[in-house]
Amino acid sequence: MKRKTAYLGMFLALALICSYIESLIPFHFGVPGIKLGLANVIVVVMLYGMGAREALLLSILRILLAGFLFGNPFSIIYSLSGGILSYFVMLLLKNTQKFHVISVSTAGGIFHNLGQLLVASAVVENYNLFYYAPVLLVSGFITGFLIGNVAQEVIFRLKGRF
Amino acid sequence: MKKRLGKNDGILLGTIFLVLAVGAVWFYFFGGEKGIVAEVTIDGQHYGTYSLKEDRDVKIIIGEKVTNILRIHNGEADMTEADCPDQLCVRQRAVSKQKQTIVCLPNRVVVEVIGGEDAELDSIT
Repeated sequence: MKRKTAYLGMFLALALICSYIESLIPFHFGVPGIKLGLANVIVVVMLYGMGAREALLLSILRILLAGFLFGNPFSIIYSLSGGILSYFVMLLLKNTQKFHVISVSTAGGIFHNLGQLLVASAVVENYNLFYYAPVLLVSGFITGFLIGNVAQEVIFRLKGRF
Repeated sequence: MKKRLGKNDGILLGTIFLVLAVGAVWFYFFGGEKGIVAEVTIDGQHYGTYSLKEDRDVKIIIGEKVTNILRIHNGEADMTEADCPDQLCVRQRAVSKQKQTIVCLPNRVVVEVIGGEDAELDSIT
């Protein structure tokens, strides 16, 4: 239990640092919502390394803390909707045991952006925002795939250490 | 043991990739008709409709405060000022094609480019 608490704290700190690094990189593509999502490496690693509940806890805490530190209430709403939808899609795919980390993370990336788009449309009550869906989903595919590769390597190297 | 991708992953990723590729191509070729007017809505309510042919700065006023400034220039609409902290709408590129939108989430302001056949212009400044 003590060991687990220590690991959770350490990974939460790591995820926060990822968010911080990302907030330093000016990364604007003309369409809001496109981000690398570095902190999701930690969420994927937790999902495989420690368990589903820990990964969800870490994801939510990371979004709240990063939102208060580097963002604003709206970035929290955006991130939370994307983060939670992507978490459940990843959990579902992982539990089928038919897919590897990279696929799981790619699907997570796509649904992260889809979740944000859904919430943004609901907030402004305008569903034409889905005009940007192709761009956002492709970017989710690419970033999710990259994040998945990093997470896979970390999981291989951490195997058996939890 | 250290397998990174399997057959299932190939099928899943391949399918998603194909769907997204088709979507992106469709978006690229059919998403591009030039719009005629920019419609501004706040909280889903109509605020004003402005022709893209006339260069002007539209002040968007909520309550008694100017919250956003929409610049119409060279047939494009661009959000140049917003009083919110995230400034996402200001960083977003100018829009000129039909169905393109600029969203200011904190102020719930949406700018949308439409065709304009049946749009009534607000000529009041």
